[in-house]
Amino acid sequence: MTQQKVLLQGNEACVKGALLAGCRFYAGYPITPATEIMEIMARELPKAGGVFIQMEDEIASLGAVIGASLAGAKSMTATSGPGFSLMQEHIGFACMAEVPCVIVDVMRAGPSTGLPTQPSQGDVMQARWGAHGDHPIIALAPSSVYEFLELTVQAFNLSERYRTPVIVLADEVVAHMREGVVLPAKGDIEVEERPQPTVPPEWYIPYDDPGTGVPPMSPFGDGYRYHVTGLYHDVRGYPTTRKDEVEPLIRRLFSKISKDFDRLQWFDSFYAEDAQITIITYGCVTRAALRAVKEARGKGLKVGLIKLKLLWPFMRHTITEILENSQKVLVPEMNRGQISREVKRVNQGRCEVVTLNKMDGTLITPLEILKKLEEVHP
Amino acid sequence: MKETAHLVHEYLRSSKKFPHIWCAGCGIGIFMQALIRVIDQIGYSKDDIVLVSGIGCSGRLPVYVDFNTLHTTHGRALTFATGIKLAKPRLKVITIMGDGDAIAIGGNHLIHAARRNVEVASFVINNNVYGMTGGQCSPTTPYKAKTTSSPYGNLEPDFDICRVVEAAGAAFVARSTVYHTRLLDQLIGKALKKKGFAMVEVVSQCVTYSGRWLGLDSPVEMMKWQKNNAIRVEKARELGETALKGKIVTGVLVDRERPSYCEEYGKLL
Repeated sequence: MTQQKVLLQGNEACVKGALLAGCRFYAGYPITPATEIMEIMARELPKAGGVFIQMEDEIASLGAVIGASLAGAKSMTATSGPGFSLMQEHIGFACMAEVPCVIVDVMRAGPSTGLPTQPSQGDVMQARWGAHGDHPIIALAPSSVYEFLELTVQAFNLSERYRTPVIVLADEVVAHMREGVVLPAKGDIEVEERPQPTVPPEWYIPYDDPGTGVPPMSPFGDGYRYHVTGLYHDVRGYPTTRKDEVEPLIRRLFSKISKDFDRLQWFDSFYAEDAQITIITYGCVTRAALRAVKEARGKGLKVGLIKLKLLWPFMRHTITEILENSQKVLVPEMNRGQISREVKRVNQGRCEVVTLNKMDGTLITPLEILKKLEEVHP
Repeated sequence: MKETAHLVHEYLRSSKKFPHIWCAGCGIGIFMQALIRVIDQIGYSKDDIVLVSGIGCSGRLPVYVDFNTLHTTHGRALTFATGIKLAKPRLKVITIMGDGDAIAIGGNHLIHAARRNVEVASFVINNNVYGMTGGQCSPTTPYKAKTTSSPYGNLEPDFDICRVVEAAGAAFVARSTVYHTRLLDQLIGKALKKKGFAMVEVVSQCVTYSGRWLGLDSPVEMMKWQKNNAIRVEKARELGETALKGKIVTGVLVDRERPSYCEEYGKLL
């Protein structure tokens, strides 16, 4: 079979990925620069037998997504900064009630209404800590149109596997850029489903840890009647304030993801083996950084690049290794230094961490990165 | 008694830790019994019922009953209910909200659920106060009433929930009190069977807080107040605005046929 290569916009690729992953419910609210995801979903979902609905705001959108997921549909929404702020309430709910769902945040420059049409990477920490209270989160960051497709599929897989909300942190550049993409066929992509109960309804204890940390989830209406709440709850789902039930729950919510930490090391490396300076990037900045690395190598500088595809949970082990093997690390970001702060946290004095931050709504250019490399090269 | 025992054994969760959280004399329990009584009479399968609530005293209702139950965030019950209904239209989706829940923080969702005409039967238990947080004024607290957040008297006029929902386009709008249990049963039944968005305002009493500023300090007095001030809509239509001041107009206020969102969406598939 010949593989089909098509010219796709990033937001379009996101929808292709979602549909391949089995997404059959979308609820959203228009917002630049994520709107195309919604428009394409409105067109495509009815054809796929799925449901599309435009809600009255972003809070309602994620509420409907969680409801649909509880009824058994793989569900998603997409938004940008201001809408992402509104969604935090329900991201926390989905964490607590363990409802799989995917939230795409196409980052634009903030705070507040900010620069609606211009790129940024300012929501990295909001993705991590936007919802109140301790909670686990998974966030992925695509750096190309194909990766937007690929990581959307993975977002659904992780979400279903761990019963947790997963955020795809795209940026305006990746969302609006067009690239040639070889579309994967259905069989080329591994699609995961949420764990289902294997016991009869009268035996079902909805939040009992089966040993994996992820309790099986029955959709509403299939005979397994149970209670779902955003309150701390016991294994039956009933509200509790007992300390011997509260802390085990929050610990399990974290450990169900952290136990697979080593599996969740998603990054690509370029020229990293003998690098004296390693650049750590994610999203659209990766593209400029790779060009800068190639030019620096041409000039004889030993520079490498690590592109993070998974931002949260932060890949501590991977980053530690890089920090141990490099003399310096450069973290260029289109924000005030959100991932670089995390890099410094795990660095603990191992090497020098250099930052390059840009917050004017324009891209970081290869030349800017190259200049910085020449400046700091030992 | 035999009938009550049947309802208790069939519909209350044997695995749930009782007693419930409501104060003695609260009206929410009366509504809960009416709801399961009507569900039992109609004969729905428990597996097909999804009960969705928001936050507040009313938000705690679903946990006690043996359906698919979902206790969501403050004001957002209808958004979750919309997702459930669209993803699995065969389910009978019911939402339970309080007054602060439904028309303050959730007012936008209520308006749009009514406009969209999603087939959800929703019940707004209106006790004119934020009970769970300690008696603050809500959008249905009467003008000048003293509450814990309006110590000098409420400066705002109150909201007529039914008129808001009617104007937004709901297919079915009705009102009862918890005193008028037979009417309440009838209206719950009609709302559950309605093809489209149905909203019943259930006027209830918060003895602990709103009774205090009404000068009614027992549940009996508060329910007598409901009895003496309720007026059926058929009679109310003959009276002017002035005569209806302070009255609770009960009965079916709106019952109209409009295509539901599920029907409209079904045409695309």
